Amino acid sequence: MHDLARPQTPGPGRRTVLDGVRAAAPIGVAAFAFGVSFGVLARAAGMGRLAPVVMSLTTFAGSAQFAVASILGAGGGLLTAIIAAVLLNLRYGPIGLSVAPSLEGPWWRRAVTAQLIVDESWAIAQRDGGRLDRRLLVGAGLLLFVCWNAGTAGGAIAGDLVADPESLGLDAAFPALFLALLWPQVRDRSRLAAAIAGAAIALALMPFTGPGVPIVVASLACLVGARRPA
Amino acid sequence: MTAVWVSVVVVGLATIAIKAAGPLVLARRSPPPRAQATLEHLAPALLAALVVTQAVGGDNGGFAVDARLAGLAAGAGALLLRAPLLVVIAVAALAAALVRLVA
Repeated sequence: MHDLARPQTPGPGRRTVLDGVRAAAPIGVAAFAFGVSFGVLARAAGMGRLAPVVMSLTTFAGSAQFAVASILGAGGGLLTAIIAAVLLNLRYGPIGLSVAPSLEGPWWRRAVTAQLIVDESWAIAQRDGGRLDRRLLVGAGLLLFVCWNAGTAGGAIAGDLVADPESLGLDAAFPALFLALLWPQVRDRSRLAAAIAGAAIALALMPFTGPGVPIVVASLACLVGARRPA
Repeated sequence: MTAVWVSVVVVGLATIAIKAAGPLVLARRSPPPRAQATLEHLAPALLAALVVTQAVGGDNGGFAVDARLAGLAAGAGALLLRAPLLVVIAVAALAAALVRLVA
């Protein structure tokens, strides 16, 4: 796992897009499987075949998409579904701020590259000293985008043939995946403190708020780092 | 337009805008050192929160304790043994599937 956030490249040399693809490959398997289950769930929720596919192409953020499908499928309101999805994706605001200094080129290129940000590609692109590696982000993001969309299309089209993803334990893969991504991040005391504070904030808020809010507020735990300027 | 397509379009546009906001607002400037140090702590804070919400979060908020916890424990064990990522994920899924099979 330790080769995940630090892909195997000879020496401290420049990382390539391909290194990002390689680092994200194991996660791509999970993203594909979860894409299949999103396609299946969305179709079962009455979203049809085309809408889930278009959603994976444009939104590219698993948890928010699952929220929309499950809320609409359970007969919840359109507004509830949209608010839940936007709350779940609000974390990409602060994440985007942290990525900003690492992106290059004109404004439209930076905006397009930013679409490849998902939790996993962002975690893979983290480098020492707080920098992000743009090439790793692009490689990992592209691979995950392809896997997620291929899975969605497969699930939406051939959904009836696929087993219930929960019985396969797929939903349990994600807490472990995020733990594995967290692992190399907590390499000093202040980062460990930020992790503990983030988990504690999420736990404390979960009984009182809808999904999404605990994660957004937990991002405030990064203020632990404000005490020690780099 | 049906509710499904309204949600697809609105959520899609909102997500694209949220993701692009940071890079467009900050441009290529680096934030001041203290803000930079703060942003460096965003990854551990958010990833830890995601572990918690993915492990014990209910469908519509609140808690739901189920086989995911067994999967997380098994995945943590695999991590401690320095297993590669794919093994960690597979072990977690397998443990949860086994618990569901038995329970």
